[in-house]
Amino acid sequence: MLERAAELKELLSGNEAIARGIYEAGVKVAVGYPGTPSTEILENVEKYKEDVYCEWSPNEKVAFEVAAGASLTGARAIVTMKHVGLNVAADPLMTLTYVGAVGGFVAIVADDPGMHSSQNEQDTRQYARFAKIPILEPADSEEARDFLVAGLELSEKFKTPVILRTTTRISHSRTLVQLRERVEHEPQGFKKDPPRFVPIPAWARPMRVRVEERLKAMAPEVCASPMNRIEWAGKELGIIACGVAYQYVKEVFPEASVLKLGWAYPFPDELIRQFAAGVSRLLVVEELDDFVEEHVKSLGIACDGKNFIPNIGELSPMLLRRIRARMEGKELPQTLPVEEASQLPPRPPVLCPSCPHRAVFAALGKFDVVVTGDIGCYSLGVAAPLNRMDTILCMGAGISMAHGMKVAGEKRRVVGMVGDSTFFHSGITGLLDIGYNKSAPVIIILDNRVTAMTGHQENPGSGLTLMGETTWQASIEDFARACGIKRVFAVDPLKYDAFIELLKESFDTPEPTVIISRSPCIVHDHSGLQTVRQVDPDLCRTCKVCLKIGCPALEFTDGHVRINSLMCGGCSLCEQICPFDAISPISEP
Amino acid sequence: MNDCVSVFLTGVGGQGILLASEILSNAAMLAGFDVKTNEIHGMAQRGGTVTAQVRYGQKVYSPLICEGDARVLCAFEMAEAVRAAHYLAPSGLAVVNQYRIIPVTVSSGSSTYPQDIKETLRKRFPRLCYFDATARAAEAGTERAANVVLLGATSVGLDLPEETWLEAIRKSVKPKFIEVNLKAFAAGRAAAQS
Repeated sequence: MLERAAELKELLSGNEAIARGIYEAGVKVAVGYPGTPSTEILENVEKYKEDVYCEWSPNEKVAFEVAAGASLTGARAIVTMKHVGLNVAADPLMTLTYVGAVGGFVAIVADDPGMHSSQNEQDTRQYARFAKIPILEPADSEEARDFLVAGLELSEKFKTPVILRTTTRISHSRTLVQLRERVEHEPQGFKKDPPRFVPIPAWARPMRVRVEERLKAMAPEVCASPMNRIEWAGKELGIIACGVAYQYVKEVFPEASVLKLGWAYPFPDELIRQFAAGVSRLLVVEELDDFVEEHVKSLGIACDGKNFIPNIGELSPMLLRRIRARMEGKELPQTLPVEEASQLPPRPPVLCPSCPHRAVFAALGKFDVVVTGDIGCYSLGVAAPLNRMDTILCMGAGISMAHGMKVAGEKRRVVGMVGDSTFFHSGITGLLDIGYNKSAPVIIILDNRVTAMTGHQENPGSGLTLMGETTWQASIEDFARACGIKRVFAVDPLKYDAFIELLKESFDTPEPTVIISRSPCIVHDHSGLQTVRQVDPDLCRTCKVCLKIGCPALEFTDGHVRINSLMCGGCSLCEQICPFDAISPISEP
Repeated sequence: MNDCVSVFLTGVGGQGILLASEILSNAAMLAGFDVKTNEIHGMAQRGGTVTAQVRYGQKVYSPLICEGDARVLCAFEMAEAVRAAHYLAPSGLAVVNQYRIIPVTVSSGSSTYPQDIKETLRKRFPRLCYFDATARAAEAGTERAANVVLLGATSVGLDLPEETWLEAIRKSVKPKFIEVNLKAFAAGRAAAQS
């Protein structure tokens, strides 16, 4: 039995295992910006704050640069983000690849194939090729820890930044991990060396050459690395598999030989040739792009891949079973949800009961406006019955796109909407543009002083750091005024009539307005909880106006509106909008 | 697929599915098995469907379950049992909480909650354990332990020694809640065996 081995191991998610690796590898500085599925890495590093400095930075670009600065002092440093975060951090990435690392530098980037909680799906491996740096892809939690450590060592050996790429299924699956002790890596301190650290053109040109030389120097290592291995079995079919796809391949094609690529770029050409020569038929199984497949073909090796494996969405063992059947010319009976499932009511995520954002959307519903939205809990305002968000692009765009619509001459009123964390992340520069270039949208900043969507992480407005220290609270009012906005209001949207009045007045003003909607996230800050509301059946005329605000605590069953007392937080929005005064606080016993 | 045991848990955010998944995986680990679990995070507090998958065996590769492979489907909410019914193996045990949570799509009038859901459950699940876990949990001491009651019923469909379950509960819940959760687990086991 495996009893003894299991006793010595812990069941950790990929993110917990990476946090453990950060601790064990003697990392000194660990920073990032929250983003599903990467968030729990730094949340778990916080446990080791005696040994590892950790912080939530305002955005991924800043975080990347913080980690880069730390690395140049010789400290081991990591930065975490989700895949779209790397777009924000692409600028420092593309030049740190020239400057290189001193202390081990690993950017941990979590992709989200299938878009469980993302606005797009992109394959971070393309960034590794773009930046000409190594990328490592673990297939379970233990590898996530091991590859993080290996990545730091590679980074130091080849003076290169390294990307550790996870996917949702690696980040959020829990598998057994053997824990180890921390090994310290004391930084030497920054050593002045301008030709190495200053990419002015005269020095950037030799750096550019070194980037290519570095790739060549890694070639033998990538073939010999234990992260890449051949598991010989039957010679009929050979499968090259990366990341979690390896696990699905082992499950569905137990008889096939497998080349498991954990260090996919730079490509291990010799290993690929050796593997291809040993099998009759070659198949590449990888999530998202045909990253490896394209290269295999460029080596002149015939293989199957995206002709069978979709490049959209995530893979699963079930999907591979069907693909296997198709490759073998068979039909696998579809296992579909039962017929009755199609009749079930959808259960989409919704704004929580007593979420103050609901009042903002309800109020906006009274006006003919275009709302350029952004990324956070309030993205849920797009759904029925609120239906009050019209665009989403990326973090910060809620503000800049409102400006764009105004300068394009959009006739309707335009409202730009972002959250507090999103404002600090990348909304400030958009607001500066509005002040500078003089357009007049209404900007609503939903300020609950916490990064709620990803699970209540601290941000510059929270007054707390990731390490639990109190700190200054960033003032959105001060930022807005510094951006040249004169009409700045901070109001509680749950004073509903006054909020509607303020909106009306702002729409009639020919200058830009910033409305800070200030009310705590009720799930995070219970101080906002009020007396539970109830419906008086004698006064209720079942007009259903209250149901239009989409509060989960309001139920309509058997012809009556009821308030679920276990869910209601007493925000009173339903009470304020009820035309018949049928809703009131429950009388205290 | 190989001889791994797969369990599919489903329900609504806030019902304690992730704790149930943790206890189950700890029980399998304590019994000496390799274990993998997967959970969909992020929406747990926002009223959406939450699922967790647990697999254990001598060697587990995929953390994901194939449709039709789960030995037990444990549903914390009735409609969610139907939504996930295709994950259960034909011979598998369905543990379904007699409990409904009305989605906002129903309250706002854009969809309806099926009235005949009990018949659907009886028709779809030849091995059905259908009971009010919240009531059993209240009898044990707190409604909040409904998740562990359901786990007790789930344990009847699996082959893990009872002692590893009890040890996993002791390991996963706060000391002051151990007693009530052990009672809740026993109540769930009794419900499934009756």
